[in-house]
Amino acid sequence: MQTVKMVITGPFSSGKTEFIRSISEIEVVSTERDISSAAEAEVKEATTVAMDFGRITVDDDLVLYLFGTPGQRRFDFMWEILAEGMLGFVVMVDSSKPETFREAKSILETFRAYAPTPYVVAANKQDHPDAWSPDDLRIALRIEEGVKLLPCVAKEKESVKNVLLELLYSILEEMEG
Amino acid sequence: MPLKGNIRDFSATQLFNLVNLSRRTGTLTVFEGIPTGEKDAMGGEKMKAGKERARVVFKNGKLVHAALADQDNGLVAVLEKAGKLTAEQAKRIRERAKQTNDKALAMLLINANYATKEDIVASIRQHLLDVVYNVMAWTDGPFVFEDGTLPGNDHILVPIDLENVIIEGARRIREAEQLVEHIPNLDMALKFPDNPREKFKGVHLSVEEWRVVSFVNPKNTIRQIAKANNMSEMEIRRVVYGLEQAGLVEIVKPPGMENKAKTSARSRRAAAPPVQKKVVSKLIDKIKSL
Ligand SMILES: Nc1nc2c(ncn2[C@@H]2O[C@H](COP(=O)(O)OP(=O)(O)OP(=O)(O)O)[C@@H](O)[C@H]2O)c(=O)[nH]1
Ligand SMILES: [Mg+2]
Repeated sequence: MQTVKMVITGPFSSGKTEFIRSISEIEVVSTERDISSAAEAEVKEATTVAMDFGRITVDDDLVLYLFGTPGQRRFDFMWEILAEGMLGFVVMVDSSKPETFREAKSILETFRAYAPTPYVVAANKQDHPDAWSPDDLRIALRIEEGVKLLPCVAKEKESVKNVLLELLYSILEEMEG
Repeated sequence: MPLKGNIRDFSATQLFNLVNLSRRTGTLTVFEGIPTGEKDAMGGEKMKAGKERARVVFKNGKLVHAALADQDNGLVAVLEKAGKLTAEQAKRIRERAKQTNDKALAMLLINANYATKEDIVASIRQHLLDVVYNVMAWTDGPFVFEDGTLPGNDHILVPIDLENVIIEGARRIREAEQLVEHIPNLDMALKFPDNPREKFKGVHLSVEEWRVVSFVNPKNTIRQIAKANNMSEMEIRRVVYGLEQAGLVEIVKPPGMENKAKTSARSRRAAAPPVQKKVVSKLIDKIKSL
């Protein structure tokens, strides 16, 4: 049996767990933990400590694994291990929190340095009233024109499907080119 | 949807760059920050908007109006500040023309030979620049950018290209920290954008900036350019920041650096099982069916 993997990364609380949860056929095996630092606790209740883990079974011979990176920087020693052998990656950005944009860009660059695989940027939380539009995010994060920047609402399955499909199309394109 | 944030995270210079690139029309308002006692998503102090500090208006990507909240931004004050009206004249005009808006007042002043049209435009222009250079030096404050809103018809709008404003704003940055944050890595290289001719049109560069521009080539790192021009790290960062924010150069990885990432990735890839096109097509079909 062949297994392939894709990595879902992005800053703290950008929606990585939600994204994987929306599409995984198994209950996301998430090593979530109550947040210890008061600063982070004000943003949300649980954070992913080691990683999220989702699965999509294609058939008896093929399984896709989705790995979500822990958002907190103090776990970034895990990133390189997760990146190993990945087919591609998604950078999740909380479009409503400009204070995280710089971090998002830095994570993107870090993953790009690990492997020259295709990637897409998901402008998440587009349903949020303060969300910056994908076009503005492209300028704010300085995303090159050739890289896909997709609107996303991680709670909605169709939206998550679209992001993964666009990533797969990019992967296919690279194989053909 | 309005763009909201804090200039601590997304600076005025970056906002001007965004407005310039997207040819926006709208109003940027910057407020005093009032600590909420809460933390934001990066653990910084979360601020809510207090009193308005400044308002900057853009039309089709150009600066057209700017005002500081604690300053008289009316035409008489602007002309007085520029030395086009004496204090005595300004006082008299203010008394007589209390209800007159700036546009009507400008006509009166021109007709009465108090000032020429050129004087008025130049003085307003200088005022706008003073205001925005002030705003660009701020390092903190909640902001809102609202699309579409323009000041009333009675205001005199003087359009100014943002490229020059951005470069000049960068020239005025005094805090090293801010520059290091924007240009952290001096081992990156510079390249021109796709349409350099168009971008450089009408831009006024200093000798120092031209010298940097003349070395722009993906093969030269920023550090090498600094060395060739005998510039300090701070100086080169300031110049590169201005040029980059104005869209005149792009920061790229030099060829050597790219190779390094690729080789290590290639060896890693070799360890990973090869993935065939067929597999990717199967994944696509599966996800479509979910
Ligand atoms: N409105 C809205 N909220 C979202 C969306 N996606 C995620 N959220 C919420 O944002 C918060 C963070 O989402 P998570 O999925 O836990 O984020 P994460 O990236 O896994 O966070 P860490 O593991 O802590 O780094 C949760 O409260 C989610 O319900 C979205 O598309 N729209
Ligand atoms: Mg998580």
